[in-house]
Amino acid sequence: MDAATLGHPGAQNAPGIQLAGARLPQHPRFLRSAALRFAAMYALLFGLSALALALFLWWQTAGLLDRRTDNAIAADVDSLAQRWQEGGLPALIITIENRLAENVDDSAIYLLVDPAMRRVSGNLSSWPTDLTVHRIWAELPIERAGIRSLARVRTFTLPGGFHLLVGRDVQVRAQLRDLLTGALLWALLVVLVLGVAGAVVIRGLFRRAMANISATAAAISAGDLSRRVRISGRGDEFDRLSETINEMLERISRLMDGVRQVSNAIAHDLRTPITRARARLEDAALHAESEADLRAAIERATTDLDGIVAVFQALLRIAEIEAGTRRAAFASFDAAPVLAGLVDLYSAPAEEGGLTLEFTCPERLPLFGDRELVQQAIANLLDNALKFSPEGGVVRLSAAAAGGTVTITVADHGPGLPEADRARATERFFRGETARNTPGAGLGLALVQAVASLHGGSVQLAENAPGLAAMLHLPGAAEVAHDAAATADA
Amino acid sequence: MRILVVEDDRDVAGFVVKGLRESGHVVEHADNGRDGLFLAASEAFDAIVLDRMLPGGIDGLRILETLRSQRNTVPVLFLSALGQVDDRVLGLKAGGDDYLTKPFAFSELLARVEALTRRGKGDGPATKLVVADLEMDLLSRSVRRAGQKIDLQPREFLLLEYLMRHAGQVVTRTMLLEGVWDYHFDPQTNVIDVHVSRLRQKVDKPFSGPLIHTVRNAGYMLRSDAG
Repeated sequence: MDAATLGHPGAQNAPGIQLAGARLPQHPRFLRSAALRFAAMYALLFGLSALALALFLWWQTAGLLDRRTDNAIAADVDSLAQRWQEGGLPALIITIENRLAENVDDSAIYLLVDPAMRRVSGNLSSWPTDLTVHRIWAELPIERAGIRSLARVRTFTLPGGFHLLVGRDVQVRAQLRDLLTGALLWALLVVLVLGVAGAVVIRGLFRRAMANISATAAAISAGDLSRRVRISGRGDEFDRLSETINEMLERISRLMDGVRQVSNAIAHDLRTPITRARARLEDAALHAESEADLRAAIERATTDLDGIVAVFQALLRIAEIEAGTRRAAFASFDAAPVLAGLVDLYSAPAEEGGLTLEFTCPERLPLFGDRELVQQAIANLLDNALKFSPEGGVVRLSAAAAGGTVTITVADHGPGLPEADRARATERFFRGETARNTPGAGLGLALVQAVASLHGGSVQLAENAPGLAAMLHLPGAAEVAHDAAATADA
Repeated sequence: MRILVVEDDRDVAGFVVKGLRESGHVVEHADNGRDGLFLAASEAFDAIVLDRMLPGGIDGLRILETLRSQRNTVPVLFLSALGQVDDRVLGLKAGGDDYLTKPFAFSELLARVEALTRRGKGDGPATKLVVADLEMDLLSRSVRRAGQKIDLQPREFLLLEYLMRHAGQVVTRTMLLEGVWDYHFDPQTNVIDVHVSRLRQKVDKPFSGPLIHTVRNAGYMLRSDAG
């Protein structure tokens, strides 16, 4: 292989991170500010409620007075009509005269005219010119004793062609109403000003709360992953949002660290065997004395490459498990024969190494999951235990089901793991100090961890005084169908 | 034996074809799906080594499905860079007889292809396996060598049975792990070697002339020294 095909470091462009988001829907520009939208919403709500209040006030004051006047007129008309029926024209005229005499505040207006529209009785000199006899309700200017005024009137046609007009002078009320209208209009103006001012304040508050978060987000997308959203300490919604965002950022940066560590580890752990293989081949090419030397070197390099491939396969397998796609193939199975099979497989190498492999397991151990993966996870634990056990040691594989959880324990009397290393032992490529001189890539426990997580279980590493006890906790299943167990036995 | 290799990578194909020819097989090669399907459908082969991903619109899976739909039962070994469990299951479900993930050792490929061609011949349900002076009775599940009874554990019996069924062929450690234990992962420790060595203690050691041979860089082979 010539150097050109190996590729230069950096010859490949790092793929740019494509963060250009989807295009936003095109609203008018000013509506694209959420702060402005909230402010406008505030102003609108404020204005609407003020308007509602004004209308209510109007209804309760001016409106009420108007309605009262109308009611009084209607009652007057009714009683006069009754008079007419009882006593005819003379009675009506007397009643009108009496009413006018009794009317202290001089607000009542009466006018009775004959068919020729000549005045018969009442305190108006003539029928208002712009009022036809057919309009029943009207509000019109009148002139009474030389004073112009405003009146609310009701007309009434009597049998015999007489027309009756009953009304009230509403000049004072009209003034009051104008006053009220004016006041309310001014109030609305004030509301408008207050609404806009409030909207501006709200927009400012909103922007300030957002600015904090968006500045952090901007800094992070610019690459500064250490930035966090400032917490005001008020414990309000914005603080809670900020806390959530900070937690999210924390998790993202942990994941990123993990990815970085893994890729560093891959680069490093594969670099070593690749370097070795390369050195062997180059050395053989330069210095091999005989064909046998050459062949031996090539064979050793091939073995190194096989090791690299094995690491790759283990990594891919872990990634495959972590992706969770295998969950679709989950089924109930009895783990007892699976464990027995593994004991059968591993007891031979254990004996070979002068070790005793002890095995205790309930008769049935129903599990729900992927049989092959559970098998491989326990095989990895057994591999480890056998690898680290001193000659004459005991490795114990035991299983127990309690409270819906199946715990499978592999315990050895090897060097164990220091407390500090246990948490990191399930990371990819982690290798304890004591493991430096044993073969392996540090992927076994990472796979066990991935299998446990896939099943919703966990891995626990504990002191076995001396040695290590690796416990795989998996959620148990209800009783396995008998035929399934039978096929697993076969 | 006539073997068809359908593989588009020229280096891999050249390596496989050359190796198979050196092992005494007659090899045809196609470097794309269409030619591969044409050859596989029109000529008789004892085995096909089929790459999963091929140029030309017809991939390995399609070729196999087409062959099987024509009632062509030629043994097929998939060769693929797709090593995930699902890919393997998919390949075997489509009618593949074996599945080998790239990169692979040629010895592994050869051993598996030869195991396939043996299976393709169809020995029929034998009740007795004999290699030299070693006899295995599959009905009474007993083993004798030179007339002397050998006591075997159930798993040792299965292991010996597998070796005897493939007598004269190289059997790799992975094949044993899959065929005898039904495990589809690589244990880190040399478990298979230990089991074979224990079997040797019982089958070979007390008798003259070993039957179980280690094949360097490949695996094991059961054969009589004379043959």
